[in-house]
Amino acid sequence: MHPFDYVAAETLEEALGLLREHGDEAKVLAGGQSLVPMLNYRLARPGVVVDINRLPLGDISVDDGRLRLGALVRHHQLEESDVLARRCPVLGEAAGLIGNVRVRTLGTVGGSLAHADPAAELPAVMTALDARIAVASASGRRTIAAREFFTGPLSTALAPDEIVTGVETPALPAYGWAVEEMSRRAGDFAVAAVVALVSVDRRGRVDDARVAFGGVADRPFHARAAEDALRGREPTTESIARAARAAREALDPPSDAFVSGAYRRLVAGVLCRRALARAVARALGRA
Amino acid sequence: MIARLVLNGRAREVEVRPNQTLLEMLRDTLGVFDVKEGCDEGVCGVCTVLLDGRPASSCLVLAAALRGRAVTTLRGIERDGGLHPLQEAFVRHGAVQCGFCTPGMLLTVLALLEREPRPDRPAIRAALEGNLCRCTGYAKIVDAVEAYVRAEGGRDG
Repeated sequence: MHPFDYVAAETLEEALGLLREHGDEAKVLAGGQSLVPMLNYRLARPGVVVDINRLPLGDISVDDGRLRLGALVRHHQLEESDVLARRCPVLGEAAGLIGNVRVRTLGTVGGSLAHADPAAELPAVMTALDARIAVASASGRRTIAAREFFTGPLSTALAPDEIVTGVETPALPAYGWAVEEMSRRAGDFAVAAVVALVSVDRRGRVDDARVAFGGVADRPFHARAAEDALRGREPTTESIARAARAAREALDPPSDAFVSGAYRRLVAGVLCRRALARAVARALGRA
Repeated sequence: MIARLVLNGRAREVEVRPNQTLLEMLRDTLGVFDVKEGCDEGVCGVCTVLLDGRPASSCLVLAAALRGRAVTTLRGIERDGGLHPLQEAFVRHGAVQCGFCTPGMLLTVLALLEREPRPDRPAIRAALEGNLCRCTGYAKIVDAVEAYVRAEGGRDG
């Protein structure tokens, strides 16, 4: 690791002041599960590391169907929280797929979003939920729609002096949910991942569908075509397959050293069909 | 800077550099060699410690950021200076070959058992997903954990 100064901020104001003062030279440390590997490999060489772990950003709260997660909520809390299991279970299912058990001990919601790996689970979940990401800087606070927050690989709409303070999202407790992903080895980032949320009305037709992919583009991909193909329809094996095909046809995924874009696209379609089928089964169970 | 921690039950204050990881502090400063160094990116699991009872990669924790947390290494699970029964099960089942992954495996399993005392084989395998072993092929490690769970179950109930 290159040398750097380490400051543990006691308050949000102190953290934001440090970011204002040091700009691009500063890096925010939350769970450290992406930043510290980058420090170890000298891919990141900040002058100052601003540790925000003392800030009171660790709460989970649900009221009136709105769910709020503090930026410092750890992945294992998403897996273990009773209130989330009842009100927004897609978060727990997605969190269980993040990295390995050690990553889930320390890794945070805010960190995953700010790091913005295109194949990561939580950015895709927040895209599907249509969450808003709360951010703050020394000059004020704002919220950014998750669907506009991610701007490219490891790139977001955050200014250098802003930090993520939390996420606010509709909890969608009546929706069926599923997260499917395929990776080459357990714990690797996904070749493709998909998050599906489906609600059905009293006649058993799809009232609403939310679908987002990870790993298939330079940022989370909101699969509007799949959603439109399902809304108002009876969720049969055929209509689900048609929606998954519509999702797949809208994708143009990149190739890398291990996986061709064409294969990634194929996998994404299969995973989408499986995720929609599971989400529909759960929605019918909840309707 | 001063890193504050409770290491295997004992409160410690250790002079560290701001860019020193918990792993570097344990091995280079304190000579705690039962923690191994592997990939330095949190993937291999050989540097696993328990942080307040949960598995963590010590290569991905800054020592200066510990703030008094409890750190448990393999030493911390020995009983009366002898092997922990889980270690004995590993020995009995041939779950140790080169031994480099073993401390991380043991700590990860013990953390699992704290939360889930009777895991079945798939649950054991899932819990160990993030601990790589290049010798055993994992089968004997899972055998050892299964046998330990069975034996402990018999003892408790």
